[in-house]
Parts: sequence; structure tokens; C-alpha cells
Amino acid sequence: MSSLVKDITPPSSGAPMVKAEGVHKSFGLAHILKGIDLEVLPREVFCLIGPSGSGKSTFLRCINHLEKISAGRLYVDGQLVGYRQHGDKLYELKEKEVAAQRRDIGMVFQRFNLFPHMTALENVMEAPVQVKGESKAVARERAQRLLDRVGLGDRTGHYPAQLSGGQQQRVAIARALAMQPKLMLFDEPTSALDPELVGEVLDVMRDLAEDGMTMIVVTHEMGFAREVGDSLVFMDDGVVVESGHPRDVLTNPQHDRTKSFLSKVL
Amino acid sequence: MTDTVDKTPAASVPPEQIKAIPVRHYGRWVAAAVVIAVLVLIGVAFSNANINYGVVPDYLTDGTILSGAWHTLYISVLAMALGLVLGVILAIMRMSSNPVTSTVAWFYVWFFRGTPVLVQLLLWYNIALVFPILNLGFYKDEMNQVMTPFLAALLGLGLNEAAYMSEIVRAGIQSVDEGQTEASHALGMTQGKTLRRVILPQAMRVIVPPTGNEFINMLKTSSLAYVVQFNELIKRATDISSTSLAVVEMYFVASIWYLLLTTIFSIVQYYIERRYARGSSRSLPPTPLQRLRRNLSQWASFRRPEVAR
Repeated sequence: MSSLVKDITPPSSGAPMVKAEGVHKSFGLAHILKGIDLEVLPREVFCLIGPSGSGKSTFLRCINHLEKISAGRLYVDGQLVGYRQHGDKLYELKEKEVAAQRRDIGMVFQRFNLFPHMTALENVMEAPVQVKGESKAVARERAQRLLDRVGLGDRTGHYPAQLSGGQQQRVAIARALAMQPKLMLFDEPTSALDPELVGEVLDVMRDLAEDGMTMIVVTHEMGFAREVGDSLVFMDDGVVVESGHPRDVLTNPQHDRTKSFLSKVL
Repeated sequence: MTDTVDKTPAASVPPEQIKAIPVRHYGRWVAAAVVIAVLVLIGVAFSNANINYGVVPDYLTDGTILSGAWHTLYISVLAMALGLVLGVILAIMRMSSNPVTSTVAWFYVWFFRGTPVLVQLLLWYNIALVFPILNLGFYKDEMNQVMTPFLAALLGLGLNEAAYMSEIVRAGIQSVDEGQTEASHALGMTQGKTLRRVILPQAMRVIVPPTGNEFINMLKTSSLAYVVQFNELIKRATDISSTSLAVVEMYFVASIWYLLLTTIFSIVQYYIERRYARGSSRSLPPTPLQRLRRNLSQWASFRRPEVAR
């Protein structure tokens, strides 16, 4: 079985892939994240669960700087996200530098966000050609291989509108992988899917985890979190309430809030 | 078990077709008769009018009229191109987070959309009243020499069009889902690349139909350029009628040319819209040309077996 990821970029050291120190985020008066501290190790599948509005998607979007954090520090692979530190001063990164940081971080969205005017193959080729300046031939070859691997090798010429939700999400995963990221972010990747289509997407994610990809997954799929996850964090109201191994947290929650949440979703 | 045995033969018997007397739509017959009667009356009135229709075909391909049609066509294309480019720039300015550029863009649209094109054309033509000398540093001349009828028409029509186009472009860009921008940014694309590769191609679907509308409007609005002595169709038609005394007839000639030009561009627009509809629907309907070709090949395949026999 060929692997989804040809050669995963080895982490620079044994250091955490993602490190959050007291991360806060406010939108105007709304205080969404209220001090998040956590570490995600390389090759780890890190699951974020919690009720809607708990800030888990916002935190995920801070990791690739789609949202600017209001306080604290956030590092990906040892690099400060969105800023440069000189002495005790922080400098905002320029647009191009932010874009360069994002290249190595793949993201999969709840609503797929495929480019509707491009075929599946063109969607997967777009970023390597436009961002990395890869030749079309090389990009096409890899796109074909990735689409084969997510089981869509015969759908390369289809436009997103001609694909089912599950197929679209698998194309979206292939599109993110085409940039050969060192970290993958999944923002509720199966929440917009019909129940019978959830499995095909989770299967692809499971393969990816087996290949050793570092993954942060915001999800409501407790079964997936239990089987595939290495760590799990339960968030509520902008703080980490409980964390640990998924089996422990899901079967033996310690906090009342975790208990009441799990009793509703399990 | 017996159920399945019973059902199988039953299914093979075709159900009895319903034979009912259809509802009579008497109102439709009355409406059709009224409409036809009105059309006949209009036709009779026009044919009995004091208009010399005989001269219309003669002047249709007259050299002066042809040159007028050509002037109308090229001033429309150039003014539209100017409007389109400036419109995109204004739309981006309007949406930028820089308060100065967005206010200037707003003001531009407010002014150029809020005053008549006729006034704007005349203003450009008489701009020498404000700037008697044009001094660009490397180039200096009297404004009256520079502001030819062509330039006045181009600026008057083009700058006015830009105001409308900027609103159309802005609507198109804003119609694209924000998730598209996020997905592009997450892949490491910069703002400019996102706009060019992802947003504008999708915005085109919303931009093209009203732009086609604008262009067809422009073909006709360009007739106002006669006030700045630009030799477009209406000016040429008027020139002829002042000597030939066939006034209304010449307007008929011009109108036929306008109809011809707008028809051609309606067809062009249809094909441009199809181009930007890629991926928007499961399958596009065939073009009239494709339909014709398919019908011909079907017709041919119907004929063939007979030939074989």
C-alpha cells in the first residue's frame, strides 16, 4: 500500500509541533479564547472536542493565522505564528511571510471550500504551481497520485459540483496534502456530510494518521477520536477543561462539564 | 411468495392510459386575437405613414453610414474597455481597508453616476475652459488641440461607465463565498494571487451578464457623442438627412444598424457566459450550434438505414 504522504518533513527537533502559551482571542467585546496552553507532538493525532461556541474552531484557525491572536504566544515547529520577535519587541509578519508560514500547514474545512471553477485535478495542482512554482507536469503527477490514494483517481476531470460531499472533502484533503505540509488542521471535516458519507472521509484521515502525519482534528466523531486519536482536549467557554488520552477522557471524564457534554453526544 | 408470483405478470401489462377531455383555455384564444389585431393595426399605421421606406435599403450600406457604424462600434468598445479597467480598480479601491482610497472611490461613483452623461461629454469637450493649457511636463499643448471629439467621447463615455462597472465588479467580488479566500490563504496564496486565481474567475459569473447589458447600453448611449461632434452613427445619419431631407428614414437606417450590432453582441455574450459557467452546474445546455449539429447528425442517421435498404 502506497502511503498518502511520500516523505513527511521530519520535525526540526523533538520539540512540539504546536505550542500554545496563554493564547487569548477576542472579537470586539466577545472573549472567545481565554488562555489556551497546550502542546501537540510530532506525528500525534490531536483531537479537539467541545460544544459549539467553545472556541475550538477559532483556536484551530489561529494556528495558521487565519485569525490573529490577541494575547499569548503560539508556535508551529518552533516558529512564532504571524510575528517575529526581536529582543522584547514583536513585529507583525508581512503578507508574504505569513503566506510562507501557511504553506507548511494544511487545512481542511467543514464546508470543503474547493475551488468550484476548477476540476478536482486542477484544485489539487493549484497551490503547488501557483505558490511553490512547481512545473505543471510535476504537480499533475503528484495530484493524480494523491487523488488515486483518496480513491478518486477516476474523478480527476470532475468539477466539485459533480462530486458528492464525501468526494469533495477527499479532494480537499488531497489539495492540502499536495503542499507536502508538516501539519494538518481539520475543522469539523465530517460535520457537513450525510451520515453514510462520513466513513469514507474518516478512512482517509485514518490512513493519514498511520502514515505519521501530525494532525489536529476538531471533531464531533467520538469514535474516530477514541480509535485514532493520541491526545484529546475538551474545550468549553474558551478554556481547556480536560485533556488526556482519548480513551481516558471519553470513558472516564473527571469534570462535570465534560461529563454533561459527553452524555449528550455519546 | 405468492405475492411475487402474482406481481410479475401484472407489471408487464401496460397501465391503461388516461383519456380525458383537456381543459379549454378560451382566454388564451381571446388574448392571442387581441395581440394580433393590435400588431396588424400598428403595421398598417406605419406602412401608411408619410415615410419613404424605399430609401432605407439604399442608405443602409451608404459609405457615410458605414463609417458612422464603425465609429459607433469602436468608441463603444474603447469606452467599455476603459470603463472595465477603471471599474475594477475602483471596485478594489472601494473595498480596500484604506479609508482614503475607499472614500475617493465612493465619491467617484457618487459623482459620475449622479450626473447625466450628456453633461459629462460636454464638460470634457469644453475642458479648455478649466485647463486652457495641457502641461504634462514632457508634453505641452493647447487643450483645444488635445481634446478632439474622439477623446471627449472616450473620456465622457468611459469614465461614466467606470462608475457603473465598479459597482458591478464589487457585487461580483462580494458574491464569492468567503471560504474561498480562506482556503486560498490556508494554501499559502497571497491576497493578489487569491484575487486573480480564485476570486475574479468566480466573480465573472456574476459580472458578465450585467456587463453585457452595459455594453449593449453603451452601443446606444454612444449616440450622445454627436454633441461633441464625434462622427458616430446618429451624427452621420443627421448629416445625410440635412441634405437629403429624409429625416425619419435616416433614423430608421441608424436603428437597423444599432439592432444589428446589439444582436451580434448578445450572441457573443451568450458564449462568454458559458465560458465562466464552468463548474457551476452539473451540465451546461448545448449551444444553438451544437444543437443544430446534433440534429443534423440525427437526421442523417435516420436517413441512413433507408439508404441501406
